Amino acid sequence: MDENRLSVTITTPQKKWVLDDIISVTAPGVMGSFQVLSQHAPLMTQLEIGEIKVEKEGSTELYATAGGFLEVLKNNVSLLLESCEKGLEIDSARAENSAERARNRLKNRSDEIDIPRAEMALARALNRIRIANKVK
Amino acid sequence: MATLREIRRRINSIKSTQQITRAMKMVAAAKLRKAQDQIFAARPYAYKIDEMIRHLIFQLEFVENPLLAIRPTQRVTLVVVTADRGLCGAFNSHIIKRTLRQIDEHRDKEVSLVCIGRKGYDFFRTRNYPVEHRYINIYNQLEYPIAQEITAYLLQKYAREETDMVEIVYNEFKNAIQQTIVVEKYLPLTADEFSGELKYVDYIFEPDKITLLDSLLPKHLNLQTWRILLESNAAEQGARMTAMESATDNAGELIQDLTLHYNKARQAAITKEISEIVGGAEALKFE
Repeated sequence: MDENRLSVTITTPQKKWVLDDIISVTAPGVMGSFQVLSQHAPLMTQLEIGEIKVEKEGSTELYATAGGFLEVLKNNVSLLLESCEKGLEIDSARAENSAERARNRLKNRSDEIDIPRAEMALARALNRIRIANKVK
Repeated sequence: MATLREIRRRINSIKSTQQITRAMKMVAAAKLRKAQDQIFAARPYAYKIDEMIRHLIFQLEFVENPLLAIRPTQRVTLVVVTADRGLCGAFNSHIIKRTLRQIDEHRDKEVSLVCIGRKGYDFFRTRNYPVEHRYINIYNQLEYPIAQEITAYLLQKYAREETDMVEIVYNEFKNAIQQTIVVEKYLPLTADEFSGELKYVDYIFEPDKITLLDSLLPKHLNLQTWRILLESNAAEQGARMTAMESATDNAGELIQDLTLHYNKARQAAITKEISEIVGGAEALKFE
């Protein structure tokens, strides 16, 4: 394999993507967004809610994630994510719905509602909507 | 003796029952396929997360995490994984029996139950067992967030020290006709679970090893919950498939017996009629 190219594996509990011939990966790290190019040192790090950009020769793909982990080892980038959606496959209507639900929950605050959880749900939904709009 | 019409009616009723059991068997087979696919789909993730945790534990001189700490056990939470629906043989009753035994084993401790699946919940609720939480009607649309929700609930209880140990009772999927009941310790975790062959890699850890491990372990538990839900779901469909198959076979046997019975009765009736006619004709001859 070309040593100036990366092989990227995105693994979720329900799905797996294997992408070859990748120039760079940009991911939302906990300490800010960062980019991985070929021949990167071995790395293990944590990801936040955000977008993952996979750059190919002549095209880029966007993925939405709710956070997870990233490992780099010998030009192999493994992303371990609990949820991940390819930008083009995001169901905007569903994302809008969950954003609306989270907003309502935050509006009618009561003791039963787990506020941090509702906030996280809102952040996830907004992230998906943003990325869906970007790729359209 | 039953009249001909009665026998015919019974045959027809058993035939329609057989049609239903046959349909249920086919539905279960289709659902089993889907459940197995989900199990396979989760494997790469399971492998990777396990590997990452092993690297971290391997490279940490001192592993300290509340999820790995064993504390004196006073309160035990049993998570009971049953199906939402019946008609799957002894699937649910075996789990319930095993849970009762487990409750008995912990009789010197304070036991509370978390029920996943309607069948277990109905059983324990109506008998006044301490059911503190339930997740029902989840199997129709089994998605990862359900596993995350259950894990979050259990982790919170554990963090607040409302429980010192969590065990899960569930059916493990062996193959379509075989399930094994498993009682698995869920919390606390032990570092031994993450031992195995490993080559040292000089990783850069960001932000640092401890933070990474702290966030990886709950994800690991999410996955364990997910795995258990999938196993139980596949086992349930397998059990239902087998149960419905034998129900269909039994109905077939019954229909055969009844048909034989029906034919005999019909023939007897015809013979009787003929002999009556012959007898009548004979009687007329001598007049």
